[in-house]
Amino acid sequence: MWNSVRSRRGSALLLLLALILVMVAGTYAAGCGGGDETTTTAPAAESSTTTAAPATTAAPSTTAAPQTTTTAAAAERTELILASTTSTQDSGLFDVLMPAFEAAYPYTVKVIAVGSGEALALGESGDADVLLVHSPASEVTFMEEGFGIERKAVMYNDFIVVGPAADPAKVKGMTDVAAAFKAIAAAQATFFTRGDESGTHKKELTLWDKAEIEPAGEWYQTTGQGMGDTLTIADQAGGYTLADRATYLSKSEALALELLVEGDKALFNQYHVITCTNGVNKQGAIDLMNWIVDEEAQQQLIAVFGAEKFGQPLFVPNAGLVE
Amino acid sequence: MGIFWDAIREAVSLLIHGDRYVLEVMWMSLQVAGIATILGMLVGIPLGTLLALKKFRGWGSAATLLNVGMMLPPVAIGLLVFLLLSRQGPFGSFSLLYSVTAMIIAEFFIAAPVIGAITMSGVASVPKDVRIQALGLGASRWQSIWLVIRESRVTLLSAIVAGFGAAISEVGAVMMVGGNLSSGGVNRTGTMTTAIMALVRQGEYARAMALGIILLLLALLITFILTWTQQGIRRRWLQS
Repeated sequence: MWNSVRSRRGSALLLLLALILVMVAGTYAAGCGGGDETTTTAPAAESSTTTAAPATTAAPSTTAAPQTTTTAAAAERTELILASTTSTQDSGLFDVLMPAFEAAYPYTVKVIAVGSGEALALGESGDADVLLVHSPASEVTFMEEGFGIERKAVMYNDFIVVGPAADPAKVKGMTDVAAAFKAIAAAQATFFTRGDESGTHKKELTLWDKAEIEPAGEWYQTTGQGMGDTLTIADQAGGYTLADRATYLSKSEALALELLVEGDKALFNQYHVITCTNGVNKQGAIDLMNWIVDEEAQQQLIAVFGAEKFGQPLFVPNAGLVE
Repeated sequence: MGIFWDAIREAVSLLIHGDRYVLEVMWMSLQVAGIATILGMLVGIPLGTLLALKKFRGWGSAATLLNVGMMLPPVAIGLLVFLLLSRQGPFGSFSLLYSVTAMIIAEFFIAAPVIGAITMSGVASVPKDVRIQALGLGASRWQSIWLVIRESRVTLLSAIVAGFGAAISEVGAVMMVGGNLSSGGVNRTGTMTTAIMALVRQGEYARAMALGIILLLLALLITFILTWTQQGIRRRWLQS
């Protein structure tokens, strides 16, 4: 009788010890493992989960799964890790770009879609080989600190303020986004911020700065999630948010949110591609950078992406931009 | 590798000094799972007992539904609740999405079938003679039912713990209907599980680790309580 008691409690303890041992061994193995082995499966798995939920949205395929090929050449392909933003991923652009790139080059691109902040962090630690982000101020710091080899402009789109049709803050049609933000704060209308150090989040904070407002209060809610998810939340809860036009357009069919404010110069959103100093697949990073600023990718893929479906392209290519 | 140990060190420090957000999130998890489990008990235990003791028309479907509810992946349940509560859904006008209520509802539908199915199994495995004897000795119907429930209390305790475990460890369903929202650093609809996801995405490994440690300790605590209670019951039964 007592033996069984001891073994019950003992076995719980043993299980815990075994768990700890496995965790330590796993971390040790991951740390000593080959450089090309992906150690970023954790963020990748999380991104896939969030971009695949919820089911009411009619967004195009948004999984972050790598575009693997099953051709005979698969054995010669090396893995290239591209860290980009959820806004770009949610717009569906990678579903067009990556197959084209992989058809031309012997790489399997693994797209990790997170906020620009985390993408830059992945570049710093070498968990990503190349970045496609839109957080200029942070990018400049990234380059100055030596984490990037080269940085080139790729394309731009703009941000928009979207909100409920009822528009309690009466910002529809405003051309001054700072004034619109002031109105939202004054009305204490529910506003959802991504709050995740992403390019969109950083842009939103600069706009609050411009409006000379420190947003605080129950009306200002943090989702901590990607653009697609934040739009869903704003849609369901009837709140305002700042979104990039591409993601909004790609989800607009499923959303009741309306485009309220656009056109202000302050809403301009520039994307850059950056090759990472600590990256593993440096050749792949360079190849991707050169490919994406080249004629074919720029004019034939990016310039027309979304035009058919939404009546206007979601991004405007501007490689070669003098900054 | 260094990140791992740094995070653990910072996590322990956060726990010792009582990081406000971590504590708020922990409290939210316990609250939501606790209420959902209590509601799940109120529905699951009577339902499970009924299905174990009485055969009626439609019994087969009811029992199957209960078992299916337990086997269904919680995220599918969360999806169902999301669709019901969404603006386009039948209960959209109540604006329940992204509220604590919505999370309790989702966790209720996750915990209740678990509690109900295990209760049904536990009560059914009490020998029929026990009830017959009690009735023969003059017990009323409700007294005999209560006796059967008491006889299966070890399994019932497992059912409740399993229901609570399923509720508190759910990520997907809670994220969908709760949104892990916060307002100016104050937690609104974040639970330990959804907060860990968001914190990892933001690179806040220390806080995420702190929550992970709490979850681990909670699991340990519940296991020990369960084991201790079960052993206590068994010991007393053997001695009687």
